[in-house]
Amino acid sequence: MPQPNGQTLREDVCPGKKDKLVQLDLANRGQRTEPTTGPQYWRSLEELAGDPEFHEKMHREFPRGASEWADAVSRRGFLKLMSASLAMAGMTACTKQPLEPIVPYVRQPEELIPGRPMFYATAFELGGYASPVLVESHMFRPTKIEGNDLHPASLGGTDVFAQASILGLYDPDRSQTITHLGAVRTWGALLDAIHGPLNVQKALAGAGIRILTPTISSPALADQLRAVLKVYPQAKWHVYEPVNRDNVLEGAKLAFGQPVETRYQLENADVILSLDADFLYAGYPGFARYAYDFAKRRDPDAGSMNRLYVVESTATSTGGKADHRLPLKATEIEGFARALAGSLAAGANGAANSQPAKFVNAVADDLKAHPGSSLIIAGDHQPPAVHALAHAMNQTLGNVGKTVVYTDPVDANPVNQNESLQELVAEMRGGKVDLLVIMGGNPAYDAPADFGFADALKNGGIPLRIHLGLYNDETAELCHWHVNRAHYLESWGDTRAYDGTVSVVQPLIAPLYDGKSPLELAAVLAGQADPNSHAIVQAYWQKQHPGADFDMFWRRSLNNGWIDGTACPTKQVSPRAANLGTSSAADSPGIELSFRRDPSLYDGRFANIGWLQELPRPMSKMTWDNPVLIGPALAERLRLNSKDVVELELNGRKIEAAVWIQAGLPDNSVTVYLGSGRTRAGRVGTGAGFNFYPLRSSAAPWVASGVQIRPTGGTYMLACTQGEQTMDTPVGARPLVRVATLDEYRKEPDFAKDEEPPAELTLYPGFPYHSELYAWGMAIDLNKCVGCNNCIIACQSENNIPIVGKEQTGLGRHMHWLRVDAYYEGDRNHPKAYFQPVPCQQCENAPCEVVCPVGATTHSTEGLNDMVYNRCVGTRYCSNNCPYKVRRFNFLLFQDWETPQYKMMRNPDVTVRSRGVMEKCTYCVQRINEHRIDAEKAETKIKDGELQTACQQSCPADAIVFGNLNDPESQVSKLKAGHRNYSLLADLNVRPRTTYLAVIRNPNPELEAPAERS
Amino acid sequence: MSDEPVAIRSDRAPVIEPGHTFATVTDKISSIVLTRPTSTGWLVGFGISFLLTMMMLYAIGYLFVRGIGIWGVTIPIGWGFAIVNFVWWIGIGHAGTLISAILLLLRQSWRNSINRFAEAMTLFAVSCAGVFPLIHVGRPWLAYWLFPYPNTMNYWPQFRSPLVWDVFAVSTYATISLVFWFIGLIPDLATLRDRSENHWARIIYGMLAMGWRGSARHWHRYETAYLLLAGLATPLVLSVHTVVSFDFAIGIVPGWHTTIFPPYFVAGAIYSGFAMVLMLAIPIRKFYGLEDFITERHLQNSAKVMLATGLIVGYGYIMEAFMGWYSGNRYEAFTLWNRLHGPYAFWYYMLLTCNLVIPQLLWIRKLRTSPVALFLLSAVILVGMWLERFIIVVVSLSRDFQNSSWGMYYPTRWDWMTFIGTIGMFLAAMFLFCRILPMISIFEMRTLLPEAEVKE
Repeated sequence: MPQPNGQTLREDVCPGKKDKLVQLDLANRGQRTEPTTGPQYWRSLEELAGDPEFHEKMHREFPRGASEWADAVSRRGFLKLMSASLAMAGMTACTKQPLEPIVPYVRQPEELIPGRPMFYATAFELGGYASPVLVESHMFRPTKIEGNDLHPASLGGTDVFAQASILGLYDPDRSQTITHLGAVRTWGALLDAIHGPLNVQKALAGAGIRILTPTISSPALADQLRAVLKVYPQAKWHVYEPVNRDNVLEGAKLAFGQPVETRYQLENADVILSLDADFLYAGYPGFARYAYDFAKRRDPDAGSMNRLYVVESTATSTGGKADHRLPLKATEIEGFARALAGSLAAGANGAANSQPAKFVNAVADDLKAHPGSSLIIAGDHQPPAVHALAHAMNQTLGNVGKTVVYTDPVDANPVNQNESLQELVAEMRGGKVDLLVIMGGNPAYDAPADFGFADALKNGGIPLRIHLGLYNDETAELCHWHVNRAHYLESWGDTRAYDGTVSVVQPLIAPLYDGKSPLELAAVLAGQADPNSHAIVQAYWQKQHPGADFDMFWRRSLNNGWIDGTACPTKQVSPRAANLGTSSAADSPGIELSFRRDPSLYDGRFANIGWLQELPRPMSKMTWDNPVLIGPALAERLRLNSKDVVELELNGRKIEAAVWIQAGLPDNSVTVYLGSGRTRAGRVGTGAGFNFYPLRSSAAPWVASGVQIRPTGGTYMLACTQGEQTMDTPVGARPLVRVATLDEYRKEPDFAKDEEPPAELTLYPGFPYHSELYAWGMAIDLNKCVGCNNCIIACQSENNIPIVGKEQTGLGRHMHWLRVDAYYEGDRNHPKAYFQPVPCQQCENAPCEVVCPVGATTHSTEGLNDMVYNRCVGTRYCSNNCPYKVRRFNFLLFQDWETPQYKMMRNPDVTVRSRGVMEKCTYCVQRINEHRIDAEKAETKIKDGELQTACQQSCPADAIVFGNLNDPESQVSKLKAGHRNYSLLADLNVRPRTTYLAVIRNPNPELEAPAERS
Repeated sequence: MSDEPVAIRSDRAPVIEPGHTFATVTDKISSIVLTRPTSTGWLVGFGISFLLTMMMLYAIGYLFVRGIGIWGVTIPIGWGFAIVNFVWWIGIGHAGTLISAILLLLRQSWRNSINRFAEAMTLFAVSCAGVFPLIHVGRPWLAYWLFPYPNTMNYWPQFRSPLVWDVFAVSTYATISLVFWFIGLIPDLATLRDRSENHWARIIYGMLAMGWRGSARHWHRYETAYLLLAGLATPLVLSVHTVVSFDFAIGIVPGWHTTIFPPYFVAGAIYSGFAMVLMLAIPIRKFYGLEDFITERHLQNSAKVMLATGLIVGYGYIMEAFMGWYSGNRYEAFTLWNRLHGPYAFWYYMLLTCNLVIPQLLWIRKLRTSPVALFLLSAVILVGMWLERFIIVVVSLSRDFQNSSWGMYYPTRWDWMTFIGTIGMFLAAMFLFCRILPMISIFEMRTLLPEAEVKE
């Protein structure tokens, strides 16, 4: 195959196999080593590079972690430890438990039983919002993230970012040392270096100190930072994150005169209107809970179904779930909101109604018909006016207190982040900054282009710049000092969920690379000598909970994963008679460019997490790249095809990028995802995709008008995982996803059912599965599935599934055991979309089994289609004969067998497959076996719901149900007995154990005549 | 020299040109091996094919080091060039067995001129075919697990899989072909032993001749054994490709799951096999001056077999298309549509052109007797039959039941190197064969002479 644009050859794709990043400054070693005579002998590269830490290590004889090992260590364990820690200099004592007491989750035994995992509650934070999680720990090695099923913000669900954070912990490219101008230094050296400047600042009341953080909701960290500001009253704390909620904040200020957090209660909403809000995908605060509440109301057999209208400027999975979707340019949505507000007589001065009036009227009628049970959600990318309009309309409809509640902000420092950064850059340029501490974030990469942050950082003459981060990234490169940050799974902290509930972040493992937490760095700034984040967090909460029962309180909080009574109370706010003015966005001519957070990489911070790079974006199924998404009509006008290279020009700034034709985009609007094209992400993320931040200005952070698109004539290889995104073929549509409207379903409940071929219609004798104790089966409710991809990452993490890289993905060799197909129906400019997760269907008459010449795939008595990896010789006949194409083959050695970090990450209960072996979904057979053993020991049966597959556990929408079909009372049996249940490709008589529940749409009759669908 | 004419119909060319005696036949054929100097042409031809063989070994070596990911196979197209080439080579081999066994039983004496090298061709084609099943598996070092053998792993093949049937079909075929070929060589090896002047050649030919003295008892046993082996080989002509076709027909992939496959595959095998026989016979008779032994009659007969089997294959195509429509199965119908309009449509039309349209020229007698035209037509048919296997294997797999999992197959340079390498290996073996063994059966040719007619 040709390798366009000099892409890496396929031999070079396995990301773990590329040469290790050379972090040692060997080139400059001459400057540090004394001139010597005679031959030089050196014990390691560190010594050769004159690394002081090496000398310290030699002096101390043993690495720090080893000599501080407090527990009794067996001789064998000691030798192992020694060899490991000396071999992996810098990676000290890998499987060491943190020294401070952490409390295991109640579901699991208090004491460690070898081979049995323990679960600890902690929380993953993104954009200031926590995802409460339980972390599975095997012998003190965290291996898997699961949702905290007791936490109201999770209810067991997570999102892809939380799921993939386990790979972030073990990422070998994470920054592993403190560096000063690229040379390895110690924490002590940093303390020394910072001591002088801090003393100087003390005299100036800290006038030269600037702290830049990302959005912070952590009460303890905010307290620490405020303590710093108390010591240095003139110092300033700036906040910036590229994917920020400035619009939400300003919208709230516009509507209520104060910053408030808006929280939705979707379970109470019968009619939901999203104004460009992508609230059903990871990265939206509260996503897991919203998906749960939304899906709960999508069951046509239980209560009334909700109805979702989505007006949006790009194609999102939220739009895919809409009963009615209206693609509008982002700038037109404000006009739509005004027209709607006019229709609802919300007091806003209705602008000229140029929008599709029918849609506005229908939505308005529907909303008016559901006062108190309707909901309008404005998207983060929409200007404050739209948010204010949404607030006003929710007020008018009487939704406040029912479907929408207001609280104090979760953000500890709710400021306008654009302005905050702008102010900082001005001061940096003005020479007012003497000490800049960047605590996380990567502004040199992701700040608005017009600020010139990187330039100000590099050339602003700031005498001391310190960066704390997980990676030695673009910003670290421009700072004097880089401090390697401890991952959230290896450090203490606290954070707040979308509802304000505080979770204590407890570490699962001692820092792999001796990283420091922001709490510790902040404490140093505040003057503490030897800070310890555990002590800081505990001290903070002791202040909040001074009673004698603090110990109990602390243990309970760690155990549950949240601190009781910390949810933000609802707040009564009254709308100001806001003058929203007239529509600020006049009809913008030309093509509009929307910037969006990347569904897989967020703002770019996850660029080096291979699972996420290779995670297909929910609508385009694109991996490893973020092409310019362009609608079919516009592409036709510009004569563009997918994979063509274009030059985007916006205000004189130009970027070359590939395009991808995406169904459902509004006309004259293109979308780009931020977060790719990193230059210092690591071996996985560096160079993947295109960096669109240079086009993004502070004036137009989300939508820019007047972008020029010029084809360059080149083409670019893009790796899309889905062959076709339509069920139509020239000889008729295939009934893969079955759909009916609610009315049709009421009239004909069995519309999805096929005539099943008789069971005896096979050459081979049947097996009496019904007489076994268990018959495992799965039902996937396509109506609940929101296409959030969470199951894919959960499966990848649980089952040690490798990534394969862009070239191999492009060839179709991705390894996901479970895929989520996205199908479009109808007009490509206004399509309907459906999601279909497809794991192995575990056919009873499995066509893969009869064709395997070596019996490597066989059936278990419980109905599982088992893979025997040891026996597989790799003929791939089973995959050819699999009608669902769920089998995955190790065409090359995709698994990284060498990197020590990955060895720690893997699930010890699942075989790590090698080259030349077929693999596929096993219904998480390792979990079944674990529960079966327990049940047999207790002489009982596995109870329904007690055993969950990884995909099922992670699903925030509860769309996947797994259980025993021989138990008529099990949830899965009941679902399969329902009307909507159907088998995929039933006419092949393969008798799949995985079945689907058909999609039931709930259209508004005003907008969709019942006869419209055939 | 007898003046009795050979009993042939006057409108047919003779199977052996008049004027030959036992001695001239023996001299002519044995001299190619024993006295004729090695020509430059032979050296160049052998050199090139040897280099191609080395290229194949290199490609296979790299394959073993890296894994089959160096090929173009992927999900959903789990089988690519390897299986296409396997089926193609196995098919080619069939003509040799047909000629040597079935035509022997049917007493088609014209076969005597071409059966020896046709059998050799079978053997070499099966060797080329045999390379692929071994190397195409993900873990070739475990490929022996397909054989049932006593072991301590409690391991036994899964006999419902057509791949296991394949193992038996192909290994039986290879064994019978080898034995049949070797038994047939014994009297001629003895002739070479007796006529050779080189000491080492005499020893080697002598060992291979297994003490053949040409006694009546030898001949009696030889004839019986040969006939028995012919009887054993005959069903193989039909069974081997039938089993190979089961690899596909047993699968549920639309485009594979077809009951017409066994006869259609067998006809296709003989079709391509005769094309290969002609592609070898025409240059050989030219370069070694064997026009007297491989006559126009042989060319004509081979052409007629090709025409007949080609029509059977064409019937197969028509039936496949008909069933795509008649079955009313949406997946079958789509497979037909995809062949006609999908991304590989060009190759489907190429296949129809090569296998169905162009071979109709064989109806013209003038072309049937023209060596150049037949050579070119045979080349076209071989390309067409290769494309047929490509269409069946790759195009069917590329778009099956799940639209989301459709894919495309792009062969890599390693695919091509392995494929072209096996052609090199085949030719290298043929060159060696021509050089060191009698490429036409001397004693069987002698039976065609008028002298051999036993007068009552």
